Amino acid sequence: MAFQSNNALVRWIDHRLPIFTFMNAELNEYPTPRNLSYMWNFGSLAGIVLVIMIATGILMAMQYTPHIDHAFDSVERIMRDVNSGWLLRYVHMNGAHFFFIVVYLHILRGLYYGSYKAPREILWMIGVVILLLMMATAFMGYVLPWGQMSFWGATVITNLFSAIPFIGPDIVVWLWGGFSVENPTLNRFFALHYLLPFVIVGMVFLHLWALHRFGSNNPLGIDAKGPQDKIPFHPYYTTKDLFGLGVFLLVFCAVVFFAPNYMGHPENYIQANPLVTPPHIVPEWYFLPFYAILRAITFDIGIPFTGIVLIDAKLGGVIAMFGAIAVLFVLPWLDRSPVRSGRFRPVFKQFFWLLLVALVVLGYMGAMPAEQPYVAISQIATAYYFAYFIVILPLLSILERPKPLPASISEPVLKGGGSVAGATAKPMEKP
Amino acid sequence: MLKRLAASAIAAASIFVAAADTPAEAAKAVPVPDYDFSFDGVFGTFDQMAKQRGFQVYREVCAACHGVRFIAFRNLMALGYSEEEVKALAAEYMVEDGPDENGDMFTRPGIPADRIPSPYRNEQEARLLNNGAYPPDLSLMAKKRKGGPDYIKALLVGYGEPPADVELMPGMYWNDYFPGHQIAMPEILFDGSVTYADGTEATLEQMSLDLATFLMWTAEPSMDQRKQTGISVMLFLLVFTGLMYAVKRKVWADIH
Repeated sequence: MAFQSNNALVRWIDHRLPIFTFMNAELNEYPTPRNLSYMWNFGSLAGIVLVIMIATGILMAMQYTPHIDHAFDSVERIMRDVNSGWLLRYVHMNGAHFFFIVVYLHILRGLYYGSYKAPREILWMIGVVILLLMMATAFMGYVLPWGQMSFWGATVITNLFSAIPFIGPDIVVWLWGGFSVENPTLNRFFALHYLLPFVIVGMVFLHLWALHRFGSNNPLGIDAKGPQDKIPFHPYYTTKDLFGLGVFLLVFCAVVFFAPNYMGHPENYIQANPLVTPPHIVPEWYFLPFYAILRAITFDIGIPFTGIVLIDAKLGGVIAMFGAIAVLFVLPWLDRSPVRSGRFRPVFKQFFWLLLVALVVLGYMGAMPAEQPYVAISQIATAYYFAYFIVILPLLSILERPKPLPASISEPVLKGGGSVAGATAKPMEKP
Repeated sequence: MLKRLAASAIAAASIFVAAADTPAEAAKAVPVPDYDFSFDGVFGTFDQMAKQRGFQVYREVCAACHGVRFIAFRNLMALGYSEEEVKALAAEYMVEDGPDENGDMFTRPGIPADRIPSPYRNEQEARLLNNGAYPPDLSLMAKKRKGGPDYIKALLVGYGEPPADVELMPGMYWNDYFPGHQIAMPEILFDGSVTYADGTEATLEQMSLDLATFLMWTAEPSMDQRKQTGISVMLFLLVFTGLMYAVKRKVWADIH
């Protein structure tokens, strides 16, 4: 149904710039599968958290001083002397944690329900780009308060680039803007931490554009057969998303107001000191699985029996860590199974939950010192992580026999062990 | 079954996060007792008199070696002191200011806008006068140590004789709760170290509790306001979420 308005000004504008028609089509009438579960709430939540982060971040940037001698004190000034500064900072700080919680759930949902499969490959790949940008932004943001973990985290992570053969050390100097993590490093991290969120906003628009091309995937993973399978976004999913937002905010605000430092590291309340190494350098929890993969590669890779080393352990770790994200880019072409939803893939389902176990184990190992048996366990979990994408999914595409798919979204829904559930959904007309 | 395994793995991991501890450090750091503070929990607020007593302990004992560089005299009004009291207190300190019209630095009595002066000019002077050790600034102590105020109190009551098989390094003291147990700070707080202005009996237990309360305030001066705001926010969100749930049910009634 075409957009119509009683307001002459709106009609005048819309004739020249059809922005009202566009918003009506994409936010109001936008046809959405009628069977989306609450796992589909995390996309809009991530968008809301992004807005919260940008809003609080801009306000704090007005009080923050990106200089190694003043950064730590200026953050404390925000906490003490800026009106409601403590609220801005705690929302921003914990917002980063919750951003990753929400986005990781969003990604796991996509992995389970096959949301990366045709025709949504580009949608998925843009999502992976957003994840990478988020990680870079979060890493640089964590450096800004210039605490001990800020400084040493920045030192450890930027030093990873020195593993690149031949040009690595030069790249590190170039990244630092000097010969160690120093004031130019802090300055550029601040500049980029301010810039990248807006790049993320741009990518989010592309993400939504690609999403709206074919609409959301759904828990059954089958395409809509007709209008009876879809309902307009508003009011159905606007109300569902708002309820989800309320639940999210309850948890988020409980942490912000009653345990704001729960997820942070106490060490970061000590001002950065290049002369004192903390006893145990750990990244924030959302990087721990990748940190564990980095440290799991403790062996050189070379030509057997010749002693020729092609990839030393350090470079191998860096490749594995970036590879852990890079493999997601090609995921749509690794999993060739035509069935999207894990619901109808009995074998896939088992391996999926094992992947989740592996990720949790990796997260745990990432916080452990690099000693045995933690290294061995990390290696097993890392091997499983890559095997899941590179070996198991391609093999399952051929070997697995999926359960029969329901005829359509509004038809009786198959449940549990393939038995037909009793309820029959009645066909639904758009109101 | 694997789903359940994944769920229990996540549960185990969150318990681990809750403990917020790592074996590497746990091997060195001793678990700190959980003391009762007035500001514990969601509804806990700072005990005003405990903050004042803690400030007195800080001023008469700790301030000889430790600064609280993020605290200005004006901030002390949050402890319940009047503006006149704060002005009088600030005037007891000499603060460096300048340069004047001749280009010289000079000292003048403190005013409420000044930060409380730290005992040493810089880390080098602090180490020179303390046998190489550096007494850290205490402003953020309750946030930068694992255990926070519990750790501070435990440390102050944790002095004792080293076990027979341990030989202390020169100039070091044994502390049950300090990571590694050998601490450069001597035992400084004893029963009766201060005479409390409000007449409270100055036992070691009392003084360490008060000081930890004061240092929690210096680390997190907006805590009372934060929790108060938080309670209103949570009440609002409960109503909002309940309302949204009802709206969602109503809107979806014709679909289910």
